Amino acid sequence: MSNRVAVVGVGQTKYAAKRQDVSMAGLVREAAKRALDDAGMTWSDIDAVVIGKAPDMFEGVMMPELYLADALGAVGKPMLRVHTAGSVGGSTGVMATHLVSSGAHKRVLVVCYEKQSESNATWALSIRLPFTGGSVTGAGGYFAPVIRAYMRRSGAPDDIGIKVSVKDRLNALNNPYAHLKIPDISEEMVRESPMLWDPIRYLETCPSSDGACAVVLTDEDTAKGTPNPPAWVHGTAVRSEPTMGAGRDVVNPHAGRDCAKDVYAQAGVTDPRREIDCAEIYVPFSWYEPMWMENLGFAPEGEGWKMVDDGSTSMKGDLPINPSGGVLSSNPIGASGMCRFAEAALQVRGMAGDHQVDGAKLALGHAYGGGAQFFAMWMVGSEKPNA
Amino acid sequence: MSETAEAPGPVTIVETPIHLDYKFTPGVAQSRFLRALERGEITGQRCPKCQKVYVPPRGACSMCGVATDEEVKLSGKGTITTFCVTQIPSPGLVPPYVTAWIRLDGSDITSMFLIQECDPAEVRLGMRVEAVWVEESELVPDLGNIKYFRPIDEPDAEYETYKDYV
Repeated sequence: MSNRVAVVGVGQTKYAAKRQDVSMAGLVREAAKRALDDAGMTWSDIDAVVIGKAPDMFEGVMMPELYLADALGAVGKPMLRVHTAGSVGGSTGVMATHLVSSGAHKRVLVVCYEKQSESNATWALSIRLPFTGGSVTGAGGYFAPVIRAYMRRSGAPDDIGIKVSVKDRLNALNNPYAHLKIPDISEEMVRESPMLWDPIRYLETCPSSDGACAVVLTDEDTAKGTPNPPAWVHGTAVRSEPTMGAGRDVVNPHAGRDCAKDVYAQAGVTDPRREIDCAEIYVPFSWYEPMWMENLGFAPEGEGWKMVDDGSTSMKGDLPINPSGGVLSSNPIGASGMCRFAEAALQVRGMAGDHQVDGAKLALGHAYGGGAQFFAMWMVGSEKPNA
Repeated sequence: MSETAEAPGPVTIVETPIHLDYKFTPGVAQSRFLRALERGEITGQRCPKCQKVYVPPRGACSMCGVATDEEVKLSGKGTITTFCVTQIPSPGLVPPYVTAWIRLDGSDITSMFLIQECDPAEVRLGMRVEAVWVEESELVPDLGNIKYFRPIDEPDAEYETYKDYV
């Protein structure tokens, strides 16, 4: 990365099942305005806007970037849209970072959103083609068999997914923007919730949320004049791989391992478990936490579940995962990756409020999408990276 | 204007279902695959580099990035490498129904199919299954010719033989 990039503003909407008080334009504007306020900026300070969301088929609004340009103050400015399925919130942050690190722009507004109440994501994802057997019902129908394969491969106890569900929902109680708030959440409640896609129970899945998340990125000079402490981008990486490749490992995808290695190398991280203070990772189904612990190199292969079992990933552990409550507590799909990136930035800025990890100096934001074939990550820190 | 008429509330949401009809244009590899299905056969293609067999064939090995041409005829028997039991209703399906990832014998990639003619609780990793086809008179160029897979009376496959096929 050539020029240093700072995250100087973060804005989120309240995530909810239905935000019928606002249109899509109102939703993205709400998050963007909050990010600008945090950055001490107004619409006119912004040089370029980058927007991300999941496939158009979800809400049936084609090319929403055209419709949303004026709501985001992008008229007369460069506006780009990024499109990488569920990982889009992450890759949008990465592309926007490049606009600043390359020197093309000094102040970039990044906004991601989804309005699931106006869409039907499950059926938009359940399409059938003449050369496929079909019969997949939604994302859970695709990922449940992957989880079963992980359980067999690792020999993990059956209750690991339940423990992740409880941990993330407890974390969500400390996040004012979180969608799901279940104060009496317990392992028993999760265990007794209905099986949807066996082995995935109802309370082991993410909700469907409306919401938007925005960040303001600037160059080093601009960051000097902003009111709140910035988060510095120490590395960004995006990787992809084919959905259908013979010999591909869907449980522990190569692209995810490569993406993590790249971002660690850029950030000068050699021992991620020790050097990273907390991480916001994309866990739409509870078992993906132990799976990604291995994919991200935090645990040896087959042992990610032990970090859940011994509490290492809880707020009291040595590597808190998803202090915000994660995707399991708020899932505006196209924004879910941006939420991970933004929450990682809030942690190292010391601005995460009641879900702040004490003294967090280095945090990872992670997103994945498609059939676990797209990965996007960034590392952010409280200190400036070496030039 | 009648004084008793109630002011209508704001319109917050309007449902407008979208239907997307499209023409699917198969390439050479998929065209051969679909013609084979029309004859009641399953064919794959072998990668000349890694020797792995793709079903359905896409005309190229996406891992090696080379074109595939050699046709391989498959028996329609296979092994369940992983699965899920779905409890959510789906058009034409009554829960619970089983969707399995099946490695067809002689292929090196899994495909997703329904498992029927057995209790969902009986389905397990390594279970041996076979394709159940529509009547010969109903054959069309579509993988939908295979209605589902059902268990066959063979010992379960050893874990080592299918563990890498997910």
